[in-house]
Amino acid sequence: MLKELLEKQNAGTLKAKDRYEIPAQDMPAQDGTERRENMNEVALGYTETQARLEAMRCLQCRNAPCMEGCPVRIRIREFVTAIANGSFEEALAIIKENSLLPAVCGRVCPQEVQCQETCTVGKKFKDPEKSVSIGRLERYVADRFGKQGETPKVAPPTGKKVAIIGSGPGGIVVAADVRRAGHDVTVFEAFHKPGGVMIYGIPEFRLPKSIVQEEIDVLEKMGVKITCNFIVGRTRTIEQLMTEDGFDAVYVGVGAGLPKFMNIDGEQLVGVYSANEYLTRANLMKAYQFGKGSDTPIAVSKNVAVLGGGNVAMDAARMAVRLGAENVYLVYRRSEKEMPARIEEVHHAKEEGVQFRTLQNPQRILGDEKGNVVGAECLKYELGEPDDSGRRRPVPIKGSEFVIDVDTVIVAIGNGANPLIQQTTPGLEFNKWGNIVVDEKCKTSLQGVYAGGDIVLGAATVILAMGQGRIAAAAINQYLKD
Amino acid sequence: MSFKILSKKQLSENVFQMDVMAPLVARSRKAGQFVIVSVDQDAGERIPLTIAAADAENGSIRLIFQRVGKATTQMADLAEGESLGYVAGPLGQPTHIKKFGTVVCVGGGIGNAPLLPIATALKEAGNTIISIIGARTKELLILEDEFRAISDELIVVSDDGSCGRKALVTEPLKEICSRDPKPDCAIAIGPAVMMKFCCDTTKEFNVPTQVSLNTIMVDGTGMCGGCRVEVGGQTKFVCVDGPEFDGHQVNFDQMMRRMSAYKELEQKALEQYQKHQCKIGLDQTA
Ligand SMILES: Cc1cc2nc3c(=O)[nH]c(=O)nc-3n(C[C@H](O)[C@H](O)[C@H](O)COP(=O)(O)OP(=O)(O)OC[C@H]3O[C@@H](n4cnc5c(N)ncnc54)[C@H](O)[C@@H]3O)c2cc1C
Ligand SMILES: Cc1cc2nc3c(=O)[nH]c(=O)nc-3n(C[C@H](O)[C@H](O)[C@H](O)COP(=O)(O)OP(=O)(O)OC[C@H]3O[C@@H](n4cnc5c(N)ncnc54)[C@H](O)[C@@H]3O)c2cc1C
Ligand code: SF4
Ligand code: SF4
Ligand code: FES
Repeated sequence: MLKELLEKQNAGTLKAKDRYEIPAQDMPAQDGTERRENMNEVALGYTETQARLEAMRCLQCRNAPCMEGCPVRIRIREFVTAIANGSFEEALAIIKENSLLPAVCGRVCPQEVQCQETCTVGKKFKDPEKSVSIGRLERYVADRFGKQGETPKVAPPTGKKVAIIGSGPGGIVVAADVRRAGHDVTVFEAFHKPGGVMIYGIPEFRLPKSIVQEEIDVLEKMGVKITCNFIVGRTRTIEQLMTEDGFDAVYVGVGAGLPKFMNIDGEQLVGVYSANEYLTRANLMKAYQFGKGSDTPIAVSKNVAVLGGGNVAMDAARMAVRLGAENVYLVYRRSEKEMPARIEEVHHAKEEGVQFRTLQNPQRILGDEKGNVVGAECLKYELGEPDDSGRRRPVPIKGSEFVIDVDTVIVAIGNGANPLIQQTTPGLEFNKWGNIVVDEKCKTSLQGVYAGGDIVLGAATVILAMGQGRIAAAAINQYLKD
Repeated sequence: MSFKILSKKQLSENVFQMDVMAPLVARSRKAGQFVIVSVDQDAGERIPLTIAAADAENGSIRLIFQRVGKATTQMADLAEGESLGYVAGPLGQPTHIKKFGTVVCVGGGIGNAPLLPIATALKEAGNTIISIIGARTKELLILEDEFRAISDELIVVSDDGSCGRKALVTEPLKEICSRDPKPDCAIAIGPAVMMKFCCDTTKEFNVPTQVSLNTIMVDGTGMCGGCRVEVGGQTKFVCVDGPEFDGHQVNFDQMMRRMSAYKELEQKALEQYQKHQCKIGLDQTA
């Protein structure tokens, strides 16, 4: 099929109608039952033919509405066209103008509410899942050609020092952009491994850690210093970094990372985890290799309830499946339509046997005399009027209590802002939710201090953190020049 | 950065003292704070240990730890000159040090280690220090001389009477609380049960009591919530809100249950490690 299409294209007779007829290319994936047993990546990536066919579906719209949907304004039309033409390296170069982590974003961006939501093809089929699979194409070129790139050039030393606090996607991008300008850059990370949520939160089966590690390696090759096990606010404060340690500018990218609980009875029982704890034990500390190189214990569960409907909840549920649970219930108080998780993750979770219990919410966790979880008492819900977020408000149905038998409960209802920086940085302005206040250039209320990512936006996305990182880096470079 | 072990000493059958290079921690730490350490740089367990003392000039901190499970056994097997995988900190809120008047400091077992720097700081702030330190038996008692040096009054107890008085720490604690004037406040650090009974004792006399909680931790920075306890009916994170709390408000029963969450797995990890070590031993003799 690709050959015919290419011939038509060369002859200049390829019409929009022909493009609509190209079937949307499915992503090859590991079999649902098989992958319950392993941590390997689920989505396997396009073949070259698939990638080019998918790219041929793009109509090359004059106004490129897809670009409006991308938080970092990647020139999507151009890179997709390049893929259709088989110019993969050119495609990658176009993506890299705006995104430093295409292998990551291609995998984890919620495309259906970003670039693919506004894509004309999806509009035509009235289904963003039928849009050109921009993310998958991004991933294809990044996986195939991303590793061959040279280490970015670094300008001659400027004598200026920049501290980056937190090594999540925001911090990585700032480090790269600021280092390129010739500044001396140190990344400080509280954990023993850099990468932020991409390392400790998002599981291997969705984002292989080696991809994140490669990005970190590039930073180190560029001469960025990475200091782990360094907790800013405790090991040194921002003020000390600036007044005593000679840093001229600071980027704060410490993420969200204060788990919310439901504040219901029984949350202190043994077997109740925050998703952060569950995933950190499992990913960063490799609990899945317990007894084979790792000593991190994690609950051995038979029946697990995961509370929530976002990406974090999906990750926790799918992790519980892989750690051997027989029944994993995803308990969410709205309907599936309102779930904030990426559609692909919802599909994958279902294929792996996660049981969706929507329009339900626990009001109490039940324990035995030893303090272990034995069940969750839930209420049924129905959807009422739309609330501030525009989603229909879940309303409990009186008298609908019932109990599900579970031995583990994982709470995945979001993260607030970690107060450590606030407590230790006088003069830095925060809003009432504890997020750092910044202007359009990501500058904070303190001279020379910039911030971005989840600590500014509340729990957001990788690409938004990256986008802010780029803005902050440009502002820091400008500030150090003046 | 290398976290080199400068010196190692065995204080009792299962308690070890190490001075470890960690210059940044040594410079910033205050009494009552702790570090997270791991023997391995990569897949090791992260365990919290109190900073027992620090030398800011030479950049070292002192850790005193009890060999209880895999991580602490592995740590005890390290020799002078070797290094820890990493040391992160200092973490937690420093102890609130001021002049209260008379302070009773109660330490049980390994709890004497975290208690010592606090008692020392309180002494320096002008308080009268009455220390009660206890252990199951004579061989397990640590830091007696150090406590003697900073205490206005020292009471040693042991479960079996092999040193000091044959009693639990709560017995002399009750007597001291019955004195007139009663002490202005108390600090109790040790096993959870001991802290619980100390708090029951002081509550009767209305003597405010601080405890230092040793819940299970992962990150130590407030990110995971694994260290949460109920204090005064509210959920608190020991690593960022603590580790010290008003003992009369702490739900100890719940905390003790959470601490035993991984008993079986911990046991397994330890057995595996010991088996592995034996094999290495055999290789060496062969
Ligand atoms: C389980 C899970 C799944 C997710 N799935 C998706 C997804 O599919 N798609 C998507 O787009 N987004 C997803 N997100 C959200 C996304 O990961 C975040 O929005 C993004 O990582 C935020 O980046 P950041 O730069 O703000 O820093 P983070 O990635 O949050 O990293 C912050 C880093 O700072 C470190 N730090 C914190 N405090 C200090 C300190 N005081 N000193 C030194 N270091 C410190 C932390 O240890 C951490 O490494 C997910 C989040 C989670 C938890
Ligand atoms: C703030 C704080 C300060 C501490 N200071 C000291 C100290 O100065 N000296 C000392 O000997 N001990 C101290 N502890 C306790 C010490 O962390 C544990 O003994 C150690 O983690 C046990 O690890 P293990 O692998 O050897 O034993 P394991 O076999 O893993 O566990 C044995 C017992 O230790 C506790 N424990 C296990 N894992 C953890 C963990 N990650 N965090 C906390 N407790 C755990 C559990 O109650 C468990 O039943 C402190 C704990 C806290 C929270
Ligand atoms: S970065 Fe994300 S939003 Fe932008 S084009 Fe790529 S997948 Fe779409
Ligand atoms: S909106 Fe869709 S079809 Fe149009 S240029 Fe963008 S990707 Fe191509
Ligand atoms: S140890 Fe993770 S929040 Fe306290």
